[in-house]
Amino acid sequence: MVGNDGWARPWELQGNHRREGSKRIPSGCAIAGMINRKGRTMSGVDAIQSIALMHDRSNGLGGGFAAYGIYPEFPEHYAFHLFFDDHKAREQTESFLNQHFNIELGGPIPTRKVVGISGAPLIWRYFAKPKLEQLRVAEMKEDDFVVNMVMFINERLDGAYVFSSGKNMGAFKGVGYPEDIGEFYRLDEYRGYIWTAHGRFPTNTPGWWGGAHPFTLLDLSVVHNGEISSYGANRRFLEMFGYRCTLQTDTEVMTYIFDLLLRRQGLPLETAVKAVAAPFWSTIARMPQAQREVLTAIRTVYSSLLVNGPFSIVLGSSQGIMALNDRVKLRPLVAATKGDLLYVASEESAIREICPKPERVWSPRGGEPVIGMLEDAMPKAVPAPPVTVCHL
Amino acid sequence: MSLSMATPAFLIERNLDRCIHCQVCVRQCANEAHGYDHEEQRVYSDDMRCVNCHRCVVLCPTRALSVRQFPLEFRANANWTAEVIHNIYLQAATGGILLTGMGNDRPYPIYWDHMLINASQVTNPSIDPLREPMELKTFLGRKPEKIVIENGRLKEALPPQLELELPVMFSAMSFGSISLNAMKSLALAAEAEGTYYNTGEGGLHKDLYPLGHRTIVQVASGRFGVHPDYLAAGAAIEIKIGQGAKPGIGGHLPGEKVGREVSETRMIPEGTDALSPAPHHDIYSIEDLRQLIYSLKEATNYSKPVSVKIAAVHNVAAIASGIARAGADIIAIDGYRGGTGATPLRTRDHVGIPIEFALAAVDSRLRDEGIRNQVSLVVAGSIRHSADIVKAVALGADAVYIGSAALIALGCHMCQKCYTGKCNWGIATQDPNLTKRLNPEIGAKRAANLLKAWKHEIKEMLGGMGINALESLRGNRLMLRGIGLTDRELNILGIKAAGE
Ligand code: SF4
Ligand code: SF4
Repeated sequence: MVGNDGWARPWELQGNHRREGSKRIPSGCAIAGMINRKGRTMSGVDAIQSIALMHDRSNGLGGGFAAYGIYPEFPEHYAFHLFFDDHKAREQTESFLNQHFNIELGGPIPTRKVVGISGAPLIWRYFAKPKLEQLRVAEMKEDDFVVNMVMFINERLDGAYVFSSGKNMGAFKGVGYPEDIGEFYRLDEYRGYIWTAHGRFPTNTPGWWGGAHPFTLLDLSVVHNGEISSYGANRRFLEMFGYRCTLQTDTEVMTYIFDLLLRRQGLPLETAVKAVAAPFWSTIARMPQAQREVLTAIRTVYSSLLVNGPFSIVLGSSQGIMALNDRVKLRPLVAATKGDLLYVASEESAIREICPKPERVWSPRGGEPVIGMLEDAMPKAVPAPPVTVCHL
Repeated sequence: MSLSMATPAFLIERNLDRCIHCQVCVRQCANEAHGYDHEEQRVYSDDMRCVNCHRCVVLCPTRALSVRQFPLEFRANANWTAEVIHNIYLQAATGGILLTGMGNDRPYPIYWDHMLINASQVTNPSIDPLREPMELKTFLGRKPEKIVIENGRLKEALPPQLELELPVMFSAMSFGSISLNAMKSLALAAEAEGTYYNTGEGGLHKDLYPLGHRTIVQVASGRFGVHPDYLAAGAAIEIKIGQGAKPGIGGHLPGEKVGREVSETRMIPEGTDALSPAPHHDIYSIEDLRQLIYSLKEATNYSKPVSVKIAAVHNVAAIASGIARAGADIIAIDGYRGGTGATPLRTRDHVGIPIEFALAAVDSRLRDEGIRNQVSLVVAGSIRHSADIVKAVALGADAVYIGSAALIALGCHMCQKCYTGKCNWGIATQDPNLTKRLNPEIGAKRAANLLKAWKHEIKEMLGGMGINALESLRGNRLMLRGIGLTDRELNILGIKAAGE
């Protein structure tokens, strides 16, 4: 085992570092998310505190965060976060990256020593743009090119794994309780206008950092609680569109579903939601004709993307967050607002922990998305006021 | 004439303590296995004529009758079985092809029975279909790759779809091979349960036009009964290339079955044999098939899905891919156990492959090629109960066709003598004395009951898996595990072994 500073620490070698994907691992979890709709940034402290309250919903085998607006100094660069098993893997990956990207800045992601976090891989970060000549050769749009590169590294380059690849956002995750992971990554030092968080309760001990949530692709991130019974149907449909679900996790599948519908097919978010958590036919039958036609078409064409079984998710993107339950609400999800802030979490207490007097608290119905978008559709991160808004 | 070596297949046992010589059995048996001796004033039976259809046994008022295998045995021989020997006697006597009815009855492995279904425990709650909604609605037809919405409306309407309330339809069975009452029973049951029945290649009887919206009209190589009104009447059109009970060969409806009604419906002279050629003589290639598909679409203004039905043969995956690319909206695949009204015995029992493998191979191939969404897959060829359906959907089928099971619901007792035209249950016959035994309203009720019962069972199993819409099971092979299968078989089916 090699520490984050690059020194070998053989005494930390424990567990197997086999990646997930060789078998399917169901897991239960805690999730939380928050957005400042004005684009004002807040530190990671609230997200950590909120998810920490739901300590018992995870079992120390995975925690993570996604934060948006954290790299205002590199708004146009893809921020790649990578895990490396060792420096050989890093060097190999860097030479691959250098071939295809202009790297503006690269280096280890700063961490601190935390009791309860051990066995960390090398964790590095690169701010990069695809080389124009490479885009020409590949005849691809920037985003598609980046997706391809990420998939290539994750599948083909041994010992390297990209776990974050969006612009002006980043995922931070690992094996441990989420509050320890937050501490480890020094998230108190970052400021973002969106935070999502996750504590994992896998029913198996993979011990691989890449398996923690959030799962991300470009600037899309998903934290997820649940086990989807439609996994096999969803996965085989996605595979027709070129996705390879190598991790065999529900979260990966969720991310690809939204990537397909939102980015590649350009559907509006509400439509994508209706595919994933479709209204029942009996409900559709009562709708006015135009709406009924649309929903019938969604359920007919995207029937294999219906996500069946219990889940609650928070989907993060640079433009906002969306929280969603399965259509019969078999997993908890609570939402609350206060001023410009929207909170969602598995438990109400996790919201009240950081926002004791919300203006409105509600439990969204199954299949009814809670959507919080930035008021300015294409936001520039607004400099933050000195204190986080909601502490009373 | 040489000595006939035929011996009875069945033994009719009449309990004379119970028999009241009422002659019900005599009147009921179209095969004349029972007779009445007026002099002696008693009934007697001729075992040679018995086909074991149970009609007399079921109707005998005093339960005096039973039928069993004729106990005559050859010297034990695992190779030269009684059946093999009898068939040689028969062919030596007649010089003819052996004919039979219904589907392959050989003891080949039944792969449905080597697959087990999953259920939820703890990490994922099961769903009680009596308390929670459980959806089986299924659409058959071409699905576009994506939909486009403009101002809250669909920019382009979906291609035509068949809407099924449960993923089960009645298989193609022609008027001619089965009676009008049997067809009516199925048509009414389809109407009651929100599904479809199929005309087979026999045309659409005028009485059934009002149920055209529940009818899949078939266009087969003989083109019997095909005309513009027929095409317009149906909800979908099916081009029949082949069927599981007789892949690669045509059909033959003997002239005796072609009475006035059949002749009118098929548009052929009364009393003539109705011969369907083995191939369509305008389809010698996939390009030709494409032309027929599009001719039919043109003829019906692109308002109906067009299905292509093939038998499951060795190269089925590549063929299905070609059919999808030729423009079919639905592909129906009929496995080697599929039933029929009449087929050469050797073809029925030795040609084709199991539907389970064909389905798995076709679904995988279409997905590999990224065109699975362009067509719906319907499978047939011995779907016996609701668990078979659940397994078929999990392997990748959109829906199933049932033929034999539907006829059994109407009273068929699987005697396999459909080709004789003497079906004592009024199903595979045109004899008015026999067809009147099947009351279409009662038949419809029984067939509809079967669908209802299966619907409940499918919902139970879905709920057990924690799934509340059938589409989440479709192609979800993780919900299946194999038992007693080789690695290679598991591989073809695309499933894991139990315990994995
Ligand atoms: S139906 Fe039964 S009781 Fe009547 S004659 Fe036949 S065997 Fe005897
Ligand atoms: S349909 Fe009639 S003839 Fe054919 S197997 Fe059934 S009972 Fe026998």
